Amino acid sequence: MADLSSNIILVIAVTSIATYLSRFLGVLSSERIDENSRIFRLFDCIAYSTLAALISKVVIFPAGDLNEADIFLRLGVVFLCVGSFYLFNKNLVYPTVLSAIILTTLIKII
Amino acid sequence: MVSSGYFLKGFSSVRSTDSPAIALACSFVAIGALLKNIGFNFQQSFFSTFFTYALPGQLVMAESFLVGASLINIFIGVWLVNARLLPMAVSMFPLLKSRKQPKWKYYLSCHFLAVSSWLIMKKDYRTIHEDFRIDFWMGIGTATWSIAIISTVLGFVISDYLSKDMMIGLAIVNPVYFFCMLLGSMKNIVIGASVILGTILGPVFYLISPEWCILYGGVSAGIIAFIVGEFNG
Repeated sequence: MADLSSNIILVIAVTSIATYLSRFLGVLSSERIDENSRIFRLFDCIAYSTLAALISKVVIFPAGDLNEADIFLRLGVVFLCVGSFYLFNKNLVYPTVLSAIILTTLIKII
Repeated sequence: MVSSGYFLKGFSSVRSTDSPAIALACSFVAIGALLKNIGFNFQQSFFSTFFTYALPGQLVMAESFLVGASLINIFIGVWLVNARLLPMAVSMFPLLKSRKQPKWKYYLSCHFLAVSSWLIMKKDYRTIHEDFRIDFWMGIGTATWSIAIISTVLGFVISDYLSKDMMIGLAIVNPVYFFCMLLGSMKNIVIGASVILGTILGPVFYLISPEWCILYGGVSAGIIAFIVGEFNG
């Protein structure tokens, strides 16, 4: 058990360092970047598009539990919730709460 | 030190109706339960969110740990999925610059950088005076980070009561919330193009390279959107 436990601590440390690295390098390079510069606008685009890429990858090719729900179910829930987002005047609480309830219910029924 | 007024203003911004608090809590409850299921103890689960605080990275960690991946493979896998934090930092920290503020605040508070806190800051920074934006940011970050840690602990404790179906249901909350929030932040054609192209290219590049798809898809979509913007701008 001691072996496994020290292994978990190493895993947590490695994960945290790999994550902080990007945050740290981001702050370091932003010291020389002006908010009105072209490079700032480029990184703004890349930040938004990378987030969008991550989210759509998570929905279409998920890792973990989400993988066990059918792709049409996942996409259906996302479309329904995006619809409710616009229907309720861009209120984020409805789609957020609805998403979990709809998906859990649909999995139970189907 | 830190201006408590602006810190508290940032801290309480998670109470608004478009707050990421619910989405964050659902996701980290799921992470807490997942970590317990794969054999982490209470302290290890707590410190995982305390020190990493990045949902996709922690998911990669959990999956890699389960299949017994080497530490170097875990490092690369986590780095790849969390590399988005670099462009996010570069597109936010220049907005928080102030000569009156010490550097340590920036290097400490970048730990709070996550999609949730970033989207709040990008939305609200104009309402805060330049010299105090970093304090406001530290408030937002402390609040979102605390929610994540408390939810991880909660998920660990209640994991026995969460059925498989509920875990799957919780897992969809995060992408739905952030997708809606991204759609809501498409205020001009350039950001709109970035979001739409990223949504398409991320999964497309998955077919070529599952590990690198977020970086390849995100960077190429961002560059295309940037070029579109410069020609129209």
